[in-house]
Parts: sequence; C-alpha cells; structure tokens
Amino acid sequence: MAHAAAVAPDDHHYTSTGLSSWKVGFWAFIGSECLFFATLISTYLVYKGRSITGPYPEEILDIPLTTISTFVLLMSSLAMVLALDGVQRGSRKLALIWLGTVILLGATFLGFQVYEFNHFVHEGLTIGTNVFGSSFFVLTGFHGAHVAVGLIWLLTLWILAFRNKLPATDSLKVEIAGLYWHFVDVVWIVIFTLVYLIQ
Amino acid sequence: MSAAAITAHAPSHPHGEATGIWSWITTVDHKRIGIMYFLTSFFFFFVGGLEALLIRIQLMRPENAFISAETYSQMFTMHGTTMVFLVAMPMAVAFFNYLVPLQIGARDVAFPRLNALSFWVFLFGGLYLNSSFLFGAAPNTSWVGYANLTSLQFTPGRNVEFWIIGLSILGASSILGGVNFITTIINLRAPGMKLMRMPLFTWMTLVTSFLLITALPVIAVALILLGFDRFFGANFFEVTAGGDPILWQHLFWLFGHPEVYILILPAFGIISDVIPTFSKKPLFGYPVVVYAGILIGFIGWGVWSHHMFTVGLGPIADSFFVASTMIIAIPTGIKIFNWLATMWGGSLRFPTPMLFAVGLVAVFTVGGLSGVMHASAPVDLQQHDSYFVVAHFHYVLVGGAMMGLFSGIYFWFPKVTGRMMNETIGKWHFWTTLVGFNLTFFPMHFAGLFGMPRRTWTYLEALNLETWNQLSTVGAFIFGASSLLLMWNLFHSVRKGEKASPNPWGAGTLEWALPSPPRHYNFAALPRVRSREPLWDEEERKEVEAVTMAEPDREPLMPSPSFWPVVLAFGLALTWILLMTHIWWMPLLGLAVTAVAVFGWAFQPAFR
Repeated sequence: MAHAAAVAPDDHHYTSTGLSSWKVGFWAFIGSECLFFATLISTYLVYKGRSITGPYPEEILDIPLTTISTFVLLMSSLAMVLALDGVQRGSRKLALIWLGTVILLGATFLGFQVYEFNHFVHEGLTIGTNVFGSSFFVLTGFHGAHVAVGLIWLLTLWILAFRNKLPATDSLKVEIAGLYWHFVDVVWIVIFTLVYLIQ
Repeated sequence: MSAAAITAHAPSHPHGEATGIWSWITTVDHKRIGIMYFLTSFFFFFVGGLEALLIRIQLMRPENAFISAETYSQMFTMHGTTMVFLVAMPMAVAFFNYLVPLQIGARDVAFPRLNALSFWVFLFGGLYLNSSFLFGAAPNTSWVGYANLTSLQFTPGRNVEFWIIGLSILGASSILGGVNFITTIINLRAPGMKLMRMPLFTWMTLVTSFLLITALPVIAVALILLGFDRFFGANFFEVTAGGDPILWQHLFWLFGHPEVYILILPAFGIISDVIPTFSKKPLFGYPVVVYAGILIGFIGWGVWSHHMFTVGLGPIADSFFVASTMIIAIPTGIKIFNWLATMWGGSLRFPTPMLFAVGLVAVFTVGGLSGVMHASAPVDLQQHDSYFVVAHFHYVLVGGAMMGLFSGIYFWFPKVTGRMMNETIGKWHFWTTLVGFNLTFFPMHFAGLFGMPRRTWTYLEALNLETWNQLSTVGAFIFGASSLLLMWNLFHSVRKGEKASPNPWGAGTLEWALPSPPRHYNFAALPRVRSREPLWDEEERKEVEAVTMAEPDREPLMPSPSFWPVVLAFGLALTWILLMTHIWWMPLLGLAVTAVAVFGWAFQPAFR
C-alpha cells in the first residue's frame, strides 16, 4: 500500500458499509419513530383505567371489527413485499397490480378508522371526554396519519410505475417506502394488542 | 434515491463555488451550512446573554422592581430555552456540520439537502420563538414548562403556545440532523477510516446524534399532548378529568436528561481533540474514552427521575435513580482522568484553545461534584429548586459545554477562515471568562444553600442574600464583557488575522491535511487512512497529503444547490404557526406549501 488508493472523483456510490445511505438513514429515522410511538403508547397505558367518566374502552372498542381492519393492514404488507419483487423484476404489470393492492388495502384500513372515529363520537367519546378519549384518539390518530402519508407516497410510486418511470434500477425507492409501510404495520400490531386485545 | 440521476460528467461548478446571497440560501454545502449554524447560534448567544443580564440586574438588590414579575418570568424562561435550544445545541451542530465530513474524509454529509432543511427549520423556529417578544407574550413558564401551570386555566395567554410550537419546530430540526450525521458517520468514512480510528469529536457526534433521534421524539410527544390540551381541549394534564401532571415531568425529563448529554458530549469531543494536539501525545486510553462516551449515552437514559426526587415517587424509585445517577459519574470521571493522563508528561503548549480545554476540565469537575451531591435524594430535597441547582447546571453547561465550544472556535477558526484568531485578545477572553463565570456562579451555591429559591422575581432583605447576588451580578457583567471580546476577536481576525497554514497547531487528524479553508468539494480524491493520527506519522502524512493537497484535473461533481429546503422549512414552520389562529383549516395552508415542497424536492435531481 505504497500510495493512496484513491476513489474515483465522481464515484458517489462509495459507502464505507456498502449499504445505501438512504437505507441507513431511513433505519435511523425508523428508530426515532419507534421512540415517538413508544411514548404515545406509554401515555395510553399510563392513563388506562384513569378515566373518571365514560365511555370506557370495554364499552366501546369493537374487537371483531378492528380484527378485520388489522387483517386488511397486515395483508397490505404482504402486497408490499410482492410489489417490491415486481419492481425488482422490472415488471411494470406486477408493480402496478401489487402497489395498487397496497394502496387499496391501506385505504380500506383508513376507511375503517374513519368509521370507528365517527362512531365513537356519536357514542359520546371525543378527545375531550376523558383521558381514555384523549390518549386513544391521539395515539390511533397519529398512526392513521402515518398510514395516510404512506398512501400518498405509494400513490406517487404507482403513478411513476404507470408512466414507466420506475425501472428495476430504482427499486430502492420502493424498498424504502416498503420499510416505512412495514414499520407502520408493526406499530399497529402493538397498538391492536395493547389497546384492543388486552383491555 | 437519486443514484440514477447522476448523468452529467462535467463538474457542476467548474470555477469553484458560487457566491452571493442566493447561493447561501440555496446552498447544500456542509461547510456553509455549518457557518450559518454558527452565526445564528452566536447571535442567539447574545440574545440569551442579554436576558441573563436583565435577570442579574433585577436580583442585584432585595425587593428590586427593575423589571416586573411577569417580565422576569419571561426572561428566565427565554434565557433557558434560548441557551439550550438556540445556542448550545445549534453551535454544537455547527461544529458537526463543518468538521465531521472533513474528519472522516467525506465530500459532504450523507443528505446535503436534508442538512440545509435542518438549518432553515432551526432558523425559522428560533426567529418564531423570539417573535413572541413583539407580542409581549414570550413564554413564561420556565424552560421545563411543568404541567399544569401550562394549562389554559393557569396561563391563558399566547405565551405557552409560542413555546409549544417553537420547541416543536426546533425538535424536528434536531431529529433530521441526527439522522443525517448517523448516516454520514456510519457510511461516508474514507477507506481505512475504521470506527476506532475516528477522531473523538466525530465519535461524540455519533453518540450525540443517537441521543438526538431518540430523545427528541419524547419531548415531541409531550409537546403534542400539551398542544392537544390547549388547542383541541384534550385532558392529558387536566386533573379534574383524571389527567396527571406528573406524566409531563416524566416525559420532559426522559427527554431532558439525555438532552444534557446532548449538550455536553460535543464539548467533550472537542477537547478530546484539542488536548492531545497541545500535549503532543495521542489521547490517553482512546478506546476507554470512546466507550465512556457511549456508556454516558446509555446510562443517560436511566437517570431522569433524579430531577423529580421531591415529587414523592417512593423509596424504591428514588433509590434506583440515586444509584444510576452516581454510576453515570463514573464514565464522566474516566474521561476527566484520561484528559489529565494525556497531558501528563506531554510537551504542553497553552494557546487559547488549550486554555479553554483545560478550563473545561477544571470547571466542569466542580459542576460534576455538585451533581454527585444532589444525586443523593435526601441531600437533593434540601437543594431542589434552589440557587444551588442553578449553580450546578451552569457549571456543567457553561463551564462544560460553552467552554468546550469556545475551545473549538479558537481551535478550528484557522481551518474555516484560513486565518488565525488573535492570541492576545484570546487570552483576555479566556481569563475574563474564567473570572466572570466563577464570580457569577460560585456565589450561587451559597445563595442556594442559604435558601434562595429559583425562578423567583425578588427576595426579602431579611434573608441576607444581597452580597451573594451582588457578586453574581458583577460576575455576570464581566462574563458579558468577555463575550464581547470573543465577538471582536472573530470580527477582527476574519479580516485581519494572520494567515493560517493548513495545520497551524500541528494536529494529527484528517481535517488538518486539507488547505485552510478547504476547497468546496473537500477531497478531490479520498485518502486512505491507516491510523488515528495520520498526520503524526511522517510516511502516512506524505501519503495522505499527496491526495488531499493535490490539484485535481477536474473538480468532483458536487450536489447542486436547491431552494426546496428553505421552502419546505417555511411550509413546516407555517403549518405549526397557523395553529395559533385556532381555525382548524388554517394549518392546512402550511401543509399545502409543505406538500408542494416535498414533491418539488423529490423530483429535483440532487446532481444537475
């Protein structure tokens, strides 16, 4: 190693780990998001059973209905995996079908949530009713907002694929969106378990 | 994601970097962003200092009425908030920005546009927070903003709204910065720059960045909860509906204690680079100093309730936090002894950066010792919310964090500007700082032990606290004057300072292998590093400098300027700020700007 082995001046692909910086950075961001949701979930748990007036969770949470929406969201993660596979194979058709499926399933989940929120408000549970209302709506609302952001992101990718602008060489874009989508799914599994199943 | 966008083969700036205001607004160059971070935080340093002086004038005499109680509350709240969020943090980030890519051998950070976004979000957040003064509604519930003083019932004005929104904006900036520096340090090290060869400053940047991305979301949620209470009528801190104000304290300090390590670790990193340079010896026990820093980062998460001993959490919880707080003193002590051992037997020189570094070791230790004192819960019960605590945290944050940053300013100024700072003014600055600082804060230990409470507008003559307060006030003005010396020195030296060579201090790390100031692309080709101090080995120095000093035939392609970061920052800030209208759809306007900027950004190739 007599003289410095220099990296070519225009090589912007060089990284010390060999991983794409986008992936490393996005994992760091997901780490940050973990703390965000952990704090919201902790708040919900701290306030569990502390409401002075009703409606209380056991009176109002609908486990069968939410089980269906949870199933829908989990299936969207499966579709996300297939969408990434489709893009990596360079298949426009598969990319459109599976990205479209993720979007439809995600939108369905969001629809369930809109229905649920609406229903709760009619039952007399708002953000200002009791601490259950406050912590429930803020926790699930922020999760829903994350789903909504994911949907806009995926819709953008779908349009790119539709216009033939999502070649296999760009599959990292779908992979990152997938990381986000799976993360939002995992968070929902925790919320579903702690809020709905273990009352 | 824009890997496919690299099509051009010609250099984007054949004649170096563009100049002019627009080029700074659209810049994505980490060095320029670092300079802007520095100038902004330096400005806020004087704003926060002015607030401190008003506090000191008010406390100079018993039963004084120089400023009203309400103004006093605004002053200590804004002084704390400013010094933490607008001075100490962003000034450290200024150093991260300028130095990390140079120290690890990278051309820029991993996400240059994101870096610009962090800066603009920070700037807008800082300006917005301080704009509250124009409305006479500056935050007035202290930098910790304990519930339920912050509820609508007890603080009905806009003050708390400015605080919630301002801190939310600033927090977003810090999280983005943390993500960026973690990725940069993990992924953009030059060949041979193994983790255990990185300069200590880069190491502490990495630890601090992990603390940023993990601690800031916690305060973000706390602010969201408080925001929902105030803006949308939620009950998180509403006692009559079952809300619990203690939850705020837990969330705040769960963020707040890692935050104090966010403030101090960059300073530790700086002096761990400065002390070896002026001792002409490698850092004593490098791996131990690294591990101690990582350990501080971890244990820093397990001590938060030592801020809450007076809450009454019970003997089990109190005992746990007493023990963890005493334990965290150990890695901190390890660092102190490693710095001492580095100096031991070295051929010592004492230019200004070294004076501040040694000053940190001495003064921070005083603050560390008083910290261990109130690690003990029974002792803390006597000291809580007294001036003893004020003395303690100023010793660690001013004597620690700020002294470290001052040391860094003098140390790296030649690298940034190509000129030396004036040593005579520098020495005056150091000694007046040391005297002014100690005169301000040492008497506060006594004032506190004699019963002077924090955050109280005035005190009775019968308490006999006047002498201690007068000493503090005199000290504060000396300290204030010393800061003017620093400003003058910077202003003077940037234009008339002696020309600096690439490595004026004879330091060993990679940034000193570059010209002063570095070229806008830093490294035309990436050097290969073989040791921790590549410039201290004659053979390796020649190899490295053959690469770093070479004039390239053509300049490397650098990321293009972009105006989207500033637009996006504006959109994000606007979204939050429009909450203050209390009209539910108004923030959507800000969200629209945000959305446009996100798409504009995403579809603009990074390299054009």
